[in-house]
Order: sequence, then C-alpha cells, then structure tokens
Amino acid sequence: MNSIGNKISPLVKSIPPSGIRKFFDLVAQTEGVISLGVGEPDYVTPWHIREECFYSLERGYTMYTSNSGLPELREEIAIYLKRNLGVEYSPAKEILVTVGVSEALDLAMRVLLEPDDEVLVPEPCFVSYAPGAVLAYGKAVPVPTYASDEYRLTAENLEKCITPRSKVLVLAYPNNPTGGIMSREDLEALTGLIIKHDLIVISDEIYSELTYQGEHVSIASLPGMKDRTLLMNGFSKAYAMTGWRIGYVCGHPEIIAAMTKVHQYTIMCAPIMGQKAAIEALRHGETEMRRMIDDYNNRRKLILSGLRSIGLQCFEPRGAFYCFPSITSSGLNSEEFCEKLLNEEQVAVVPGNAFGSNGEGHIRCCYAASVINLEKAIERMGNFLQRHGLK
Amino acid sequence: MNLENKILKLIAADAKLGNNTIATMLEVDEAVVDATIKKLEADNVILGYKTVIDWEKVGADGVTAMIDVKVSPEREVGFNRVAERICRFPEVRSVNLMSGTYDLSVVVTGETMKDISWFVSHRLSTLEQVQSTTTHFILKRYKQDDFVFEGPQEDKRLVVSP
Repeated sequence: MNSIGNKISPLVKSIPPSGIRKFFDLVAQTEGVISLGVGEPDYVTPWHIREECFYSLERGYTMYTSNSGLPELREEIAIYLKRNLGVEYSPAKEILVTVGVSEALDLAMRVLLEPDDEVLVPEPCFVSYAPGAVLAYGKAVPVPTYASDEYRLTAENLEKCITPRSKVLVLAYPNNPTGGIMSREDLEALTGLIIKHDLIVISDEIYSELTYQGEHVSIASLPGMKDRTLLMNGFSKAYAMTGWRIGYVCGHPEIIAAMTKVHQYTIMCAPIMGQKAAIEALRHGETEMRRMIDDYNNRRKLILSGLRSIGLQCFEPRGAFYCFPSITSSGLNSEEFCEKLLNEEQVAVVPGNAFGSNGEGHIRCCYAASVINLEKAIERMGNFLQRHGLK
Repeated sequence: MNLENKILKLIAADAKLGNNTIATMLEVDEAVVDATIKKLEADNVILGYKTVIDWEKVGADGVTAMIDVKVSPEREVGFNRVAERICRFPEVRSVNLMSGTYDLSVVVTGETMKDISWFVSHRLSTLEQVQSTTTHFILKRYKQDDFVFEGPQEDKRLVVSP
C-alpha cells in the first residue's frame, strides 16, 4: 500500500491547519496562564435553559427531529427575527436549524459554489470562511478591512476584489476578531454593488446581540436583499450556549431546500436536547442575556482603556467580545509577540494573522474574562511592553 | 438607569471594585465616582460593606435560626415599634415583615442552640406584642447573597479557541 498520507485528498492537504490550533498547543503546555485567547462567553448557559433541557430528557425527548428542526423552534426564530431585525421568514420554508452557524456555513458553501467560484471574505475574520469555500471547491478572495475604516467593509475595497467569478460575499458583523460593526448606512453603501454583481450574501450574525453602540442591522432587512442573503445566527454567544451547537440559517426557500437536502444526508438534524434548550432561550432568555451583555460592555471599556494605557493603539470595538490592538510598535510580528508574551508573562492572546494576513501586526484579546483577570493581564502586558522598551 | 444606580449595581455585585475601574466601566471621572459613593454613604443608601464568608470552613459557623414571629400590631405604629425593638438585639441579623401566616421573620445567630433558645424564651417571647414564635434552625447552607457555598466553578473553556 502506498503511504496512508497519499490517500488524503490533495484539496484537504492544501488547507493549512488553523494558526489558532498551533497556539492552543503552546498555551496548553504553559502553567498559570491568564487566557484572553478564548472565543466564547465566560458564563455557563443560564440555569433555566439547562433545566429545560433536563426536563425535556425526563419527558423522553431523545429522538430525531424533522430535518429542518423542531417546528416550535423555527416559529420562535421567526418571531425573534421579525421583532429584532424586522425581517419575516416562513418557519416552514425559509428557516433551517443547524449544528451551529459552522454547519450552516459549510452547507451554504457546498450548495452555492461550483468549482472556482469566488467567495469574497472581508478580513480579518473568523477562521472558517476561507477553508469552507475551498472545501466546497471554491476560491476564497480576501477583502482587506482596516482600522482606519473601523474595520467596516467599504464599497471601494469590495469593488476592487470583485471579478466575473465572484458569487458569494461573506459579511460577519459584529466581527470576530476586530469588534467592528456595520451600521445601516454602511450596509446600504454595499447593496448597489451586491445587486449589480448578483452576489449572494452569507451574513454571519452570531454576535448580533453583542452590539454595544447603536443597533444591529441585518443586511437581509434592506430593500432587495432578503432573497439574496443567507442570514445565519445561533445561540452560542448571546445565550452562552457554545457547546450546545445550535444555529440556524434563513433565506430564499430554494436555497434553504437545497441546504436541507445536504443537511439531511450528512447531519440528519441538530440534536433535540439543544433545540429544546434553544426554544427556552428564545422564550425566556432575554433577562439573563441582557445581564451578560451589560457585563461584557463594562469589561469592554475596561480592557480598551487598559490596552491604551499601556501604549497599544486600539480601535474601539463596538460589538462581539474582542479587542484587536495593534502591536506593530513592539517591532515583533504577531506570532512572536504572542509567544513571548505567553512565555514571559503567561498571558495568552491570539496572533492577529490567524484571522487573515491583514490581521498581522495585531493581537486578539477576548474580554469574556473576570475583571480581576483582565486587570492582571493588562498589568502583565504592560510589564512586557516596558521590558521590551515600549512606553 | 442613572449613574447612582449604575454604581450601586456594580458594587452590589462586587464591593471590591476599585473606583477607577468603576469610572472606566461607566465612562465618567473617578472623582465623580468617589463623590457619588460618598454621597450614597452619607445618605444611608449604602449602609455598609460586608464580606460573605463560609464560616464552616474555618470551624466557626455557630448556629443560625429563622424565627417566624406572630405579633399584635399596635394602633398608629402597626408592626413598626415591635420590629424596631427586635432589631436592637445584636444577635438579630435581619428582621422582615412578611405576608402569610405569621408577621415577622427574624434571623438570629448564636454560638450554640442554647444561645438561641435562651434568646427566644427570654428576649423575644417575652415582648408583650409577641403572640407566638416558631424557630427553624439552619442545618446546611447552600447559597447566600448570590454565592453558592460549593465555591466558584473552575473555568472549563478551552484556553484558546477561534
């Protein structure tokens, strides 16, 4: 037999492992680390949601659900989206419950892309979009966004990257890792181009509730955009339900039907326990969610002020739970910075280049951490910068 | 929510938050936070600062009882006069007027059960307005003032994730 490695598809081999994975291994081997490297809430799922899951298990809800997800959940999602975003979706035909937004992304890429179709991916961004496009035989085209534009996607920068093969635009706002958001005006400035070039938008709105300035606006709510937008959201961030893996995607019935077909043959359905918990979250989770968001907002201000006080330039994040300061003044690249900071001060942050090449020169600091740990981390980072001749 | 309430909400959850931290979180000057807290203290809105302790861990947990007290209300002052009298005993930790089958709920601590029974029989029951008492001893504490006695749960998240 040839070497086992040769059996692996060249396409999969062509995808580099996530930069985060490599850094994770380093952090996991270090003692006494304060980690600002996580990408999830520091809360456990509110008790009433967990309790509802136990109750559903007690009553014997351990079976498959329909491929699309429990009808009550899809109805609650439709109510939520109409109330919060002003977009109406039919629970029967336009909503699919998935295993997190991650699955929805994968389905969308597989359903939409033909070989060499291009997916426009504003960077820095979450790590899955480009590999997701490549795994569906497409091509990811990075569209750089900049701190000087508050990490918004501008029509000018988008247009430069559009080609006749462009088919999909990913919008991920509020943004991981920058904390950038897109206002209604920012989104309106893009719709002309999107329509002109007949693009489909994958709008990953998983951080929508974590918007601290202004209101979250979905591009699906703008005129002419609903049918060409796949709106994705879930429960992980707003309701501290990362491990439950429940997300959803809403869009044109034909695309949703195609996605449901792939979902049916690969996943069958999202786990029923998570779906039951998600219903509870939508029905009764608002108070706890608001409490958590208020707390994130307090810590957002604390870390922003702290990072600036130790001499790091930092764009003010307006959403999600990350700060994305520039570390170019250190003279180190982002991986060197993170490794040295970890080794010397036992603070873990994520190198910006893990989120796309124009994330280089930055680090991602997650402020879903206790106030004590945030203050300690800032102090340690300050010591680190001083020792390396900064500030 | 006004600034006073925002500050109170923060320090109600964590009295050790520094005024500079509060100032940063609420985007006001530290001097404003200092002054507001001083005013709230002077106005008796902030009555004091205490620590929530698991005394059992240091072998000094003593005995706590919750006593249901039926009292006769008095003309003009209702339950106030007797409640205020009960409040003055140092072993009384809290006094609340309740709806339901009794009137005052009184929490009392002592070193031994004997201390508490002596308090009930000699101090509380002998007040002329007190008609009857029912004493419930606390056997085990699970949660107090938002704190679960098992202690904080460890952070179970992966140390780095996307």
